[in-house]
Amino acid sequence: MTVYLDHAATTPLRDEAREAWLDAAARVGNASSIHRAGQDARRLLEESRERLAATLGCDPIEVVLTSGGTESVNTALKGLWWARADDTDAIVLPDGEHHATLDTVQWLHEHEGAQVRPVGVDAAARIPIEGFAAALPGAAVATALVANNEVGTINDAAGLAAAAGDADVPLHLDAVSAFGHIPVSFREWRGETKGQTGLCALSVSAHKIGGPVGVGALVVSRHANPTALLQGGGQQRALRSGTQDVAGAAAFAVAAELALAEQQVEAARLSALRDRLVRGIHSSMPDAELLGDATDRLPGNAHVLFPGALGETLLFLLDRADVCASTGSACQAGIPEPSHVVRAMGRTDAEARQVLRFTLGRTTTEADIDAVLAALPTAVERARASGARAAARS
Amino acid sequence: MSGGVDSAVAAARAVEAGHEVIGVHLALSRAGGTLRTGSRGCCTIEDAMDARRVADVLGIPFYVWDFSERFRQDVVDDFIAEYQAGRTPNPCMRCNQYIKFAALLERGLELGYDAVCTGHYAKLVDGPQGRELHRASEAAKDQSYVLGVLTAEQLAHTYFPLGDTPSKDLVRAEAERRGLAVAKKPDSYDICFIPDGDTRGWLADKVGEADGEIVDRSGAVVGTHHGAHSYTVGQRRGLQLGVPAPDGKPRFVLEVQPVANRVVVGPKEALATAEIAGERFSWAGRDQEEGAFDCEVQIRAHADPVPAQAWFTDGVVTVRPEQPFDGVAPGQTAVLYDGTRVIGQFTIDRTVSAVPVPETVGARS
Repeated sequence: MTVYLDHAATTPLRDEAREAWLDAAARVGNASSIHRAGQDARRLLEESRERLAATLGCDPIEVVLTSGGTESVNTALKGLWWARADDTDAIVLPDGEHHATLDTVQWLHEHEGAQVRPVGVDAAARIPIEGFAAALPGAAVATALVANNEVGTINDAAGLAAAAGDADVPLHLDAVSAFGHIPVSFREWRGETKGQTGLCALSVSAHKIGGPVGVGALVVSRHANPTALLQGGGQQRALRSGTQDVAGAAAFAVAAELALAEQQVEAARLSALRDRLVRGIHSSMPDAELLGDATDRLPGNAHVLFPGALGETLLFLLDRADVCASTGSACQAGIPEPSHVVRAMGRTDAEARQVLRFTLGRTTTEADIDAVLAALPTAVERARASGARAAARS
Repeated sequence: MSGGVDSAVAAARAVEAGHEVIGVHLALSRAGGTLRTGSRGCCTIEDAMDARRVADVLGIPFYVWDFSERFRQDVVDDFIAEYQAGRTPNPCMRCNQYIKFAALLERGLELGYDAVCTGHYAKLVDGPQGRELHRASEAAKDQSYVLGVLTAEQLAHTYFPLGDTPSKDLVRAEAERRGLAVAKKPDSYDICFIPDGDTRGWLADKVGEADGEIVDRSGAVVGTHHGAHSYTVGQRRGLQLGVPAPDGKPRFVLEVQPVANRVVVGPKEALATAEIAGERFSWAGRDQEEGAFDCEVQIRAHADPVPAQAWFTDGVVTVRPEQPFDGVAPGQTAVLYDGTRVIGQFTIDRTVSAVPVPETVGARS
């Protein structure tokens, strides 16, 4: 029986979301068509958008459906930067952001000449409000993670949004790893900000909460007017041209509602399981270290440094023992990379290769945790022996 | 699993033989291209995908292991350093020696596996004096030369399921029959880390270019070049000599002197090499005793083996072929055979010319 502890990579599709998708996909109708079939599709689409808006704390018109987190982030960052105020140019970029953000900003830097203002994170990968605020004045756009997808530390999203509002800088928040797991409210975080600054956009994805892969959303404030990436039929405020994915929207809405309904109970359950995992690791391997904030973290996230054991080796050994975990990110060929987040936390390159991320989710049970705790010590011992020999060679 | 047909069929046979098999693709370059180009057979995302799809069909787990750092140090940097020293290295042998049957094997053993299984065409024979490495049954595909660097310890944890297959066509047919998409994939034969196959251009980029003299054996300048590393002993083409030879005969590179950035040329006869020797050696299986022994020697992957007399004394292997070699570049590997059995190998450090050369520039050492 495989123990799946990589829910942050993707989590099982909810039965209700699958049913909603199948129902919608069985019907014909382009939501932009004028006839009855089109109107029926449009009705399901807009109902889904309203339900999503309710879970995101925004107006339905502010929900722009996309193909997922990466498209949402690209749409927000490129769109806001292209529509930037005169005399602004810089992008405020905290260290340890997701690659969708880092590489989009890098692209804007290389191809469009955007300046980048990096903001250091603390030892828990948290973005310090003061450091963030100090980088804001005169910037074209700023971006930040609501919660770090690798180490799980939760940022002060309201504080970051307020700082952006105070500095009159448009802000994008990446809530892909946070949405459905901790409270997210676009309206609350945006606060009383008026006009095209402050919190302007927020990215989320369906498959992180039990919806289908290939569906996401970008919340775009009704006051913001980013430049579109795609040109075409002008759907969704002309921000995202292209035939709209009614079935995807319906499944996403169902998944989001269910996630929201169970969020508090599930957060408590997963935190308890997570703490059980961390305690178990500490008792058998006292030098293992939980990275990220001890308490202010995503409920299902345990990100652990195993000194002397390569994460890549651990991942392999655990996989052979039927346990799925993660080292963070891998390149296209499938090679685990040293975590840039762990580096940004002030750790060494060697340490950034010795981490393993366990992320718990809806299907995780106590038995899963016990199975991991049973498999881990042998794997760590073996990985350490292997690492020691490798170190002796070089 | 490189993504090629040989390792695919080797893996299939290992699975069929009842072993617990995992597929491993070696990432040897962090900056690998995305798509396959020409005759290169590894290091692209597409090759890794091909290997993964084979593993899927075989129903075995598949992993990409990153050996790019060790590959850079032990193979690529070594390749450059050898050229800079005026030698002609064989990087595939270095890869077998340091990566496939060293770094990969060590990792496999550490993680609880017993052997590295590859698609090489060579045979392992468990004889009374231990495991032996032999030529493959099909001479045209035999790869025992590039495996000549393996030691007894490495051979003990090695498995070559293709060693008895009479031809590559049969391997391709078997791949087809097994539904492996790589059945018709072209063979790779270029150096995998040189993207466009332009070794000279690649080396010029790595070690720089500097004009130097081309001299004949009397030391007279007969031309110029843009970097001695571009030349290999025995090379005839591309010399572009301004001064013709007195006898009008074609001239060949006799020696590359990297420190002086000088290339020595001369007639074909002067290439004849009566003796080769080296101190960097290994025995493929049991250790060779000190003293003289008869053998066959092969000095290139695709050269014919020739009968020779060899001596192993004081940590030096010396070999005299019955007939002189026709051009030997220091840095090449000499693999010694006893019939089909690989005795061992050494890197050629010194050569002795077969014909005493008048007006020589200096001993070829």
